[in-house]
Amino acid sequence: MSILIDQHTKVICQGFTGKQGTFHSEQTLAYGTQLVGGVTPGRGGDTHLGLPVFDTVEDAVRQTGADATMIYVPPFYAADAILEAVDAGIRIIVCITEGIPVLHMLRVKAAMAGTDALLIGPNCPGVITPGQCKIGIMPGHIHLPGAIGIVSRSGTLTYEAVNQTTKQGLGQSTCVGIGGDPIHGMNFIDVLSRFQQDEQTRGIVMVGEIGGGEEEDAADYIKAHVTKPVVSYIAGQTAPPGKRMGHAGAIITGGKGTAAGKIAALKAAGIEVVNSPADIGVAMQGCFQ
Amino acid sequence: MNIHEYQAKRLFRDYGIAVPEGHQADTPEHAGQVVRELGGSGWVVKAQVHAGGRGKAGGVRLAHSHQEVLDFSRDMLGKRLVTAQTDSAGLPVEKLLIEKIYPIKSEFYLSVLVDRVSSRILFIASAAGGMDIEAVARETPERIISLQIHPAAGLQSYQCRKIAFALDLAGEQVKALEAIMRGMYQLLLAKDASQIEINPLILTEQGQLLALDAKINFDDNAVAAHPDILDMRDPGQEDQKENKALQYGLNYITLNGNIGCMVNGAGLAMATMDLVKLNGGAPANFLDVGGGTTPEKVAEAFKLILSDDKVKAVLINIFGGIVQCDIIARGILAAVKEVHVTVPVVVRLEGTNAEAGRQLLADSGLNLIAETDLATAAAQVVALAEVA
Repeated sequence: MSILIDQHTKVICQGFTGKQGTFHSEQTLAYGTQLVGGVTPGRGGDTHLGLPVFDTVEDAVRQTGADATMIYVPPFYAADAILEAVDAGIRIIVCITEGIPVLHMLRVKAAMAGTDALLIGPNCPGVITPGQCKIGIMPGHIHLPGAIGIVSRSGTLTYEAVNQTTKQGLGQSTCVGIGGDPIHGMNFIDVLSRFQQDEQTRGIVMVGEIGGGEEEDAADYIKAHVTKPVVSYIAGQTAPPGKRMGHAGAIITGGKGTAAGKIAALKAAGIEVVNSPADIGVAMQGCFQ
Repeated sequence: MNIHEYQAKRLFRDYGIAVPEGHQADTPEHAGQVVRELGGSGWVVKAQVHAGGRGKAGGVRLAHSHQEVLDFSRDMLGKRLVTAQTDSAGLPVEKLLIEKIYPIKSEFYLSVLVDRVSSRILFIASAAGGMDIEAVARETPERIISLQIHPAAGLQSYQCRKIAFALDLAGEQVKALEAIMRGMYQLLLAKDASQIEINPLILTEQGQLLALDAKINFDDNAVAAHPDILDMRDPGQEDQKENKALQYGLNYITLNGNIGCMVNGAGLAMATMDLVKLNGGAPANFLDVGGGTTPEKVAEAFKLILSDDKVKAVLINIFGGIVQCDIIARGILAAVKEVHVTVPVVVRLEGTNAEAGRQLLADSGLNLIAETDLATAAAQVVALAEVA
């Protein structure tokens, strides 16, 4: 088992024929993901990378049975793409796009309330179940099918955690990048609850960073509901207040969202927090000895 | 993106938010002309800088004669203002805002912002106006009123009344507050502001509600859609290196340490800074060259780091995912050859083709120290910076 996606997941790509969409669709196909087609409005009927191109997500779903999508459309069009996927009944919507205006995401969140669709991202590396299905921009080859569920707000820090758990021989059940934007889809708790339910997942790595309060909420949730070992790392201990650290959501405002506050909350919940991202793999291994 | 108070008040007027009578000036002569046109017997002269804490720093002064306005203008214009919110160099004062003084009956706090926790637009108000609102929230949270706006329904009149009554307003003032709140809400939506803050909002002795101060932040992700807002940008108020970095698609933030950092990905960049600190060093900057970076970006980033005289050693930390480490190594080598590098450079390459990348660096004959382990690399660069 895994969470969210597996070898049966049928994936389409929105923004399929663009430069980013094309490159990452090729990588995704090479990994063995069941990519079944893509959407580029006005290019319906074409073939791209040997796969059908559709005008609308609705057409793509009807003709391919796709239940997941990865979105590589430019920031000002991404909200529209997400809502088109929701409307077409797509179950897993992975939005890679960085730089979406926050008011667009506010409307997307409101419009998605009450639907069954799950949004991963935006501004994220995507989701991967190693050996089965990769939806996103992560380098597939560093992953190893295995026992650790990884959830993270950062792309390259996720790769660090993946690389280390691979080197430790633990491998990963599923890795979810929830994204670096202030308003986004699935949060830590949405993913943690699924890892807790998942039989394949034996341990969890949670990578957080400054800004917002989702790590603190996750700490409360873990204390109450998660019985599997959790190793956490929080980035941004040296970040100055009031400055956006690359991610739109990584900012300390009004003394809130500091790394120190998050680390204290996690430790108070009995979670192992490592000081260095280089220690994630070893710490996770240590939980099983 | 931030704008000046005088620009924010111009937007306020456009959206029906009442502000004091006033005008900006960029020379003492111009300031003199402004007071003559405004009339009256008392004025406030406000330095226009992108930082709070102006009052305590001498950037807001009350004048009771035309001569005083001229004197204060000469004092402030062309100087740099250092406040609790700026660095020790301060910010240049190139413009002043001169406004009429109004007799104040009460002061309030009013702001509207995009709240990440609720994914809603939020109004925040308090009868404790003119104070540091974060301190008010910390010490007397019962004095803060906040309410969420549903995106489908929009701002409702009852919500405005709720705040008005909580602030002890009555009669026409209730309607005046609603007009201000509607203006703020429309302005936030129309221009993709992430926060609009009025602190203080004053009730004059004559019963008029006025925005005495005005602060607007805009969503950097949306500002490209608003050329009128982009035109208000004042690069003189911004960090020059940070601006230069933006041109190359790099995320750069100046810090006070002596170890230059170049990293791909925001999370890993923060983590690298933290590791430098953990090892007893201090980062000179935050620099994210992007998760999928290119040799060209790496070269530009290198030049940017080395343009800072404080930098005594450099740590490059790249996790090659989709980007291959050997390609990054070539970018580093090209940059090292182009700019004269006199400080030690530690390079940690991991991920795709890391071995090939490290080999390229080792064979170059240049003063580059290649590492695989993140912790070792951080310890090493700190040691090198101490020696230098």
